[in-house]
Amino acid sequence: MTAPLLQIEGLGIATAAGAPIVHDVSFEIGRGEFVAVVGESGSGKTAAARAVLGLLPAGLVRGQGRILLDGEDLTALSQRQLRALRGPVIGMVFQEPMVSLNPALTIGAQMMEGLRLHERIAKDEARRRCLDMLARVQIRDPARTFDAYPHEFSGGMRQRIMLASVMLLRPKLLIADEPTTALDTLTQREVLDLMVGLARDHGTAMMLITHNLGLVARYAQRAVVLCRGRLVETGTAQQVLTSPREAYTRELVEALPRRAAAGSRPPAQDVVMAVRGLKVAFPGRQRLFRRDAGHMAVDGVDLTIRAGETVAVVGGSGSGKTTLGRAMLRLLPLASGEVRFLGRDVTSATGREFRLAAQLVFQDPYSSLDPRMRIGDIVAEPLRHVALPGAERASRVTAMLEEVGLSGLAQRWPHELSGGQRQRVAIARAIIRRPAFVVADEPVSALDMTIQAQVLKLFERLQAQYGFACLFISHDLAAVEQIADRVVVMQAGRIVEQGSRDDVFDRPQHDYTKALLAAAPIVAFSDAVPA
Amino acid sequence: MRIRANTAIGGILIALLGGTALAAVAWTPFDPLRVNLRARLQPPSAQHWLGTDEFGRDVLSRIMAGASTSVLVAVATVVLAVTVGVLIGSVSGYWRGWADRLIMAVNDALLAFPGILLALGVMIVIGANSIGIVLALALAYMPSVARVVRGTVLSLREKEYIEASRVLGNSELYSLLRHVLPNAVAPVAVLATSMFGWVLLAESALSFLGLGVPPPAPTWGNMLAASRPYMENAAWLSIAPGLCIALTLLGINLLGDALRDRLDPRMAQR
Repeated sequence: MTAPLLQIEGLGIATAAGAPIVHDVSFEIGRGEFVAVVGESGSGKTAAARAVLGLLPAGLVRGQGRILLDGEDLTALSQRQLRALRGPVIGMVFQEPMVSLNPALTIGAQMMEGLRLHERIAKDEARRRCLDMLARVQIRDPARTFDAYPHEFSGGMRQRIMLASVMLLRPKLLIADEPTTALDTLTQREVLDLMVGLARDHGTAMMLITHNLGLVARYAQRAVVLCRGRLVETGTAQQVLTSPREAYTRELVEALPRRAAAGSRPPAQDVVMAVRGLKVAFPGRQRLFRRDAGHMAVDGVDLTIRAGETVAVVGGSGSGKTTLGRAMLRLLPLASGEVRFLGRDVTSATGREFRLAAQLVFQDPYSSLDPRMRIGDIVAEPLRHVALPGAERASRVTAMLEEVGLSGLAQRWPHELSGGQRQRVAIARAIIRRPAFVVADEPVSALDMTIQAQVLKLFERLQAQYGFACLFISHDLAAVEQIADRVVVMQAGRIVEQGSRDDVFDRPQHDYTKALLAAAPIVAFSDAVPA
Repeated sequence: MRIRANTAIGGILIALLGGTALAAVAWTPFDPLRVNLRARLQPPSAQHWLGTDEFGRDVLSRIMAGASTSVLVAVATVVLAVTVGVLIGSVSGYWRGWADRLIMAVNDALLAFPGILLALGVMIVIGANSIGIVLALALAYMPSVARVVRGTVLSLREKEYIEASRVLGNSELYSLLRHVLPNAVAPVAVLATSMFGWVLLAESALSFLGLGVPPPAPTWGNMLAASRPYMENAAWLSIAPGLCIALTLLGINLLGDALRDRLDPRMAQR
């Protein structure tokens, strides 16, 4: 067997101040091999990948160690020599498709830029190769796309375009840093299938950086697990996922959401929230003299949620699931339909009682907390509207913080907490007033795997304790599988299927549900694709 | 908390200024208005530390007396402009709709005039006195505050913590006061401190045109203006008020930066 394509030997990366970020990491990638680098935020996986390209962000410096590509030590090369390698030899696809294309240049100009920089070919020839590649990543109208600007495309389309322009140079190694984290499940599947297919066709090796073990199971041959800058474990993807040797890897695998036994909860009778024929319209863009036709973000939804029950709403981006949650809380104007809360019509006038008893947990724990309020004040704020003596109020805040596992942090500021801790604050704020109904809008999708598991558990425990009804909005089918009693599948503003969790997951009826389930990167321990 | 050198310098400068302005109310070395034609244009000496002007008035005394007038005018103007600007800017940015369109149409019309021209027009109507200056300059500088506040509020109102406040059942006014405005402090603080400088200069310019605080009452601005014909022979006449204006601006800016950082919990601990 020939030497591996990429060998990383004892790589160290530290901050300028000397704090180590990556410590003595070694692994290798063979020619045409697909290797997943797995780790949570702060594990140094992105820093390690960027070191290969010589593109460490400002403030990080490479320490000892060698990075050999085809036997050549990249750490000894000048920036100029590295530049010649970036593109034709090593390609990179970034996480954020929305910002990794220059909005001021056409797609074609950006694709040609790289091609013409590294290969001396005529303009016509370059254009032809670009169009071929766009067709290869299944862009519908390559010629039109070539002359279009990035804003005209969705995130998934942009990521395909990125992929096309990177693969155009036929690199030997493709580094993909969380390439589909910003995309919904169906798009994620399409983009990754394309990426893997292209890489296979060109014999390109792939370093897939991800926190998603489902993707590792589906796409990688080998996996490298990093934790806090250290290499924890390497092995074939299957071995790492099914029989992890190290404690940390086991923890990661165990953090994967699993289905709890059904029927653990007694069926409740009291209807907390019921909507009928709910429609929400989004107005079209205002043109000079007329308004474009709008569209129905939610288009005739009927849904009933009972006390103590968790109903999950799943669907791709643009399916209207977030809008549905906001509309149920009456935060958006309705086009038509009826919303009843605890038997009372709150369609036209919401009333104080409804506002106080229906709460929302946001997706992004970084922007949902006022940066200028202390944690204790944030959690206490909902009690402004509850008649309580001061001492009782304070003790309730303390008790609530303790329940979500944040004792003693009342005097901290939001920016001093981790993402998981912040989400706990957001949950505490939502339920301190003992609401009857909580909408949780992607509450764990911004969090790391192990943190996700903890927050989901906390949520389940609090729900069992306080018995609120919950609308759980998510595109993460694994989380849904763990927490939901019933599942509602939405597509283009309509409910296409609903039923008990087990029915929807095990016996999906609608094609869209089947597609969603097939695309979900759930680790199937029995049938992981052999390498 | 450790006090940084910048903050200390700013604090000392502003404390000196405040002390001088206060002291001048009770005592100055000479009567700042007393004319002594026999002692015209004297250079700095043991008796007149900063020399005398073209009417033989003691420059140090006039600087001290001018401090209270200039600073009072500048502070009043900034406070008025910021208060009104924040009020209409936040109403405009937070509630949008027709009120926003109306307010911003008027605001942009005001913004389109050069500030000093606008102030001139107002001064001509109101008359040249301290209150006239404050009103005129406040009107001239308020639109930019309103613009900045509106822009900041526009971006803040889309933040999830504002929606969270709404979900908790807080009124819109409470959300604005408790969650939006405190987060808009930084740009306003920066604007207000630099505005303090512009106002001092604008007051000088108006005084220079004979529309400021009417003579013989001293302000740094009209002292600077009056010193112009003598700049070559009696440089101390322009250096003294000029240096005072510059040092005041420096102090205000240093303190303004410190204040902005202090008010931001994310910066306070560094």
